[in-house]
Amino acid sequence: MASLVGSRVERKEDKRFLTGKGRYTADINLANQTYAIFVRSPHARASIKKINIDKALKSSGVVSILTGKEIADDKIGGLIAGWAIRSEDGTEMKCPGNPPLAKDNVNFVGDPVAVVIAESLAEAKEAAEKVEVDYKVLKAVTSTADAMNGDTIHEGIDKNLCFDWLLGDRQKVKEAFDKADKVISIDIINNRLIPNAMEPRACVADYNAASEEITLYTTSQNPHLSRLIMSAFGNVAPEHKLRVVAPDVGGGFGSKINVYNEDIVCSWAAKKINRAIKWVAERSESFLTDIHGRDHVTHAELAVTKDGKFLGFKNETIANLGAYARVFGTVTPTYLFGPCATGVYEIPAAYTNVKAVYTNTAPVDAYRGAGRPEATYTIERLVEKASMELGIDKTELRIKNFPTAFPFKQTLVHTVDSGDYVAGMEKAKQMADYKGFEARRKESEAKGKLRGIGVTSYFEACGIAPSAAVMSLGCGVGLWESAEVRFNPTGQVTVYTGSHSHGQSHQTTFAQIAADELGVPIENIDIVHGDTDKGTFGMGTYGSRSLAVGGIAIVNACKKIVEKGKRVTAKMLEANPDDVEFKDGEFIVSKSNKKKTIGEVAFACYLPGVRDEMKSPLPEGDEPGLKETSFYDPSNFSFPAGTHIAEVEIDPETGHVKLEKYTACDDFGRIINPMVVEGQVHGGLAQGIGQALYENAEYDETGQLMTGSYMDYTMPRADNFPEFNIGYTCTHATTNPLGVKGCGEAGAIAAPPTVMNAVIDALGGQEVTMPATAEKVWKACKNLKKSNAKAA
Amino acid sequence: MKDFNYHSAKDSKEASKLASSSSAFLAGGMTTIPSMKLGLATYKDLIDIKNIKKLSGIKVSGKSVTIGAATKHVEVSNSKDVKKAIPSLSSLAEGIGDPQVRNRGTIGGSIANNDPSADYPSACIALNATIHTNERKIEAAKFFKGMFETALKKGELIEAIEFQIPEKSSYQKHPNPASRYAIVGVYVAKHKGDVNVAVTGAKSCVYNDKEMSKALSGNFSSSSIDGMDLDSSEMNNDMHASAEFRASLVVTQAKKAVDAC
Ligand SMILES: Cc1cc2nc3c(=O)[nH]c(=O)nc-3n(C[C@H](O)[C@H](O)[C@H](O)COP(=O)(O)OP(=O)(O)OC[C@H]3O[C@@H](n4cnc5c(N)ncnc54)[C@H](O)[C@@H]3O)c2cc1C
Repeated sequence: MASLVGSRVERKEDKRFLTGKGRYTADINLANQTYAIFVRSPHARASIKKINIDKALKSSGVVSILTGKEIADDKIGGLIAGWAIRSEDGTEMKCPGNPPLAKDNVNFVGDPVAVVIAESLAEAKEAAEKVEVDYKVLKAVTSTADAMNGDTIHEGIDKNLCFDWLLGDRQKVKEAFDKADKVISIDIINNRLIPNAMEPRACVADYNAASEEITLYTTSQNPHLSRLIMSAFGNVAPEHKLRVVAPDVGGGFGSKINVYNEDIVCSWAAKKINRAIKWVAERSESFLTDIHGRDHVTHAELAVTKDGKFLGFKNETIANLGAYARVFGTVTPTYLFGPCATGVYEIPAAYTNVKAVYTNTAPVDAYRGAGRPEATYTIERLVEKASMELGIDKTELRIKNFPTAFPFKQTLVHTVDSGDYVAGMEKAKQMADYKGFEARRKESEAKGKLRGIGVTSYFEACGIAPSAAVMSLGCGVGLWESAEVRFNPTGQVTVYTGSHSHGQSHQTTFAQIAADELGVPIENIDIVHGDTDKGTFGMGTYGSRSLAVGGIAIVNACKKIVEKGKRVTAKMLEANPDDVEFKDGEFIVSKSNKKKTIGEVAFACYLPGVRDEMKSPLPEGDEPGLKETSFYDPSNFSFPAGTHIAEVEIDPETGHVKLEKYTACDDFGRIINPMVVEGQVHGGLAQGIGQALYENAEYDETGQLMTGSYMDYTMPRADNFPEFNIGYTCTHATTNPLGVKGCGEAGAIAAPPTVMNAVIDALGGQEVTMPATAEKVWKACKNLKKSNAKAA
Repeated sequence: MKDFNYHSAKDSKEASKLASSSSAFLAGGMTTIPSMKLGLATYKDLIDIKNIKKLSGIKVSGKSVTIGAATKHVEVSNSKDVKKAIPSLSSLAEGIGDPQVRNRGTIGGSIANNDPSADYPSACIALNATIHTNERKIEAAKFFKGMFETALKKGELIEAIEFQIPEKSSYQKHPNPASRYAIVGVYVAKHKGDVNVAVTGAKSCVYNDKEMSKALSGNFSSSSIDGMDLDSSEMNNDMHASAEFRASLVVTQAKKAVDAC
């Protein structure tokens, strides 16, 4: 039987998605359901003086109107930060309460203050307009850079500072800088982004008064985690009385990790009114209230010798948390950011200092790449600048500082098990025709255009993560993953995974893995996920962990099935279990022609007896049935890496940046399905290039979101991109049996600095901030013209 | 969205009879429906005009191209006749918004709405268009009054737009990367006697840039407007582009248009 791992198996999920048969949360309608509309703060910062619901209650079709008072009276808990971060001075981070419905204060435009539940959506909307909230408007704090100087947003949180965190050794860094021939420094902004999953958030909550069970259908990347949080912190219901189902989910990119206000409020209210409640976000609500991503202001320095050896690295960053600290809000700018900020280089001394601040903006949390795009942007922009200032070719300078051997003990935290960064660089250069660039630059010049080339070499730490390691760093949970492999008596297989697919093609990739491990045709394998009633527990999908953690749990559970199968076969065929081999779905007694198929073994496990004989196929100590579980805790993160090269052409008259070429050469370890991986790379690149050239979430000084719709927030479109040139080098991860590393975030991590390095190269080294819009680039072109004229 | 009454008119007469101070005509709905959905506009009655046969279709005579008001952008961009007579008009239509918008939005809706960054108003100015309504004929130069403001009276229905075929023309737009409306769009048309340089997106309403028109009427070459320093004091200034950038874009796009003629 040919191995399925490594082949372009067509996606099993496409039939349902492409024929409109997906079942998303908004597709779920329950008998006698009601509709919820949230009354949201129009102000970025205000105290609530009074809420008057009298008029609204009289509006037609209203079932109930609930506010922050009721939710507080019922002792329903608020939203939480999942990682406790400690400041450099040893103090614990400071987090404000974040009630699901604001009671006393609102802290960003969109913060919910009441929920209106009615018989129809139109009636709910109509009534919501009649809820009168009397606000005392306060001065908002919106700027990341100035947040520490603004009014105190949350009582008792001085300077709006959640923590002031340090990773690394300041003294060692100082010594390194003292020895340097040259210090390269850079001031950069990592622009705020809005994730914009194709499917807006939604939830349908139901309550069964007889079983006292709440069922919540929701757009989540991690239903078990949501249940845990809602139960342990939200006090919504004990875990065994709360079922969370995340059916088909149309994209998340991190924005659907969090438990949101609406999940808690609808679950709680469904029980209160004893009816099902449905809520579906409108796109403008998504813009305002989904978590946002990035938003860093960074000053970084690199100490170098004159021949280009890196000696030391400093990173001083202010990270915007938005109004509240959420699930991955505090770890994203710390442990997901700091360790990767030294990049793929041997730098003897380094530190990253992050001040995380609160502002009156939507909460900021993990968004595709989470911390690693910000880290890569910092180091790769700095290295590119170093290459300009030192006059050393940008690829040579990088190679000079690559680690020479693996495992590579990276400066701050990680030990990278495997990789070959030089091979990746060489292949990328070849794919991009790096050598031919100067000729292309001249051609562009002849047309009056400016051409630039940009390079990024990155690594990232994903496949999160070893539980003991992350919990020692403040994580509230362990980040193992579970799998359950269940045979039916007639031989088909159901695999439950605790990972969640919201676009990642698990139904196909995971089935390929199980098919290879068990020798069962892929058509006979179903991957099940997304329902807390269907599997024991799962941690969900984020941090490119599904395959490297969830996939390995499947492998391990399959291996247990095979082990049991060997024992059963031995008993059935009266052989020694050690003599039974398993290959392509058959258990073979070595040096004989005796064998059993895995289907026969499964059948025997479920029907363990024979007519007219008192005989069991089960060895002593083995129970009937064929089902195995694995809880896999990885021994390390996994470390994808690669080199990307971009080429842009700029029209100096209009400032228009045209991305001419984009080359991505990645090392994702073993690739299970190349087609799926290409999709992940393309999507990541689209988002990364989007950050560099198009996307930007902008608040005005009063805290109004200026880019609250697609008329103003530039989502990139297909015609913004050239054909992507994608290639791989492959070194297998040594820390997991499949040798896999993860590919979901790489594009979004590598693309922003790659594109910006190209833009800045074209502009003769002049800084522009992301997104490099036409006007910014036009201004830089004018400056360039002036300075060239002066020089001449 | 608030409840409203839907009417489908079978001819212009019925449409204008149904019109009141709380009604709107429904053509493509690409502006009307989103503004109702967002609560920016409420109407008691929507009068659908798409089923009025007379309002659709394209006619080309020796001197002019006449397009029915309810003709969709996609029909204009795909029309062989328009491509042949005024290729720049067909490419303008092709550059509006996205396929969904082009498959529904209409030329009449676009000019009746007179969005300061819409594309078609510039074509009307540059191509000396005549707006035919159910009551009269209005010259384009007198039709566009100000931001979202036109010479149309209550209940007055645009039936067709008649464009004069120029000797040469080109429309060059610098699109807003998000919405794809024009940050600045410049429609240059060289007619027998003179040259029009219609500018959209730059100010509160489409206008004919007299300075550039004059320069180009004298010498129809991009060199005659190169480096022209336009007054930016009345230009739009928003997060997508400063007034200064717009002023520069007007000249750049005009030059491109002349070069493309
Ligand atoms: C996402 C998006 C992107 C867009 N991008 C662009 C762009 O790049 N460039 C551009 O130019 N436009 C753009 N538009 C606008 C679009 O092209 C339509 O032209 C515009 O929305 C109006 O046309 P409509 O047929 O949809 O009119 P409707 O929405 O149906 O009507 C608009 C207004 O015009 C009135 N009206 C309609 N027809 C007549 C008539 N015959 N007589 C009198 N009054 C009438 C209606 O009463 C209403 O007040 C965009 C729209 C959207 C939604």
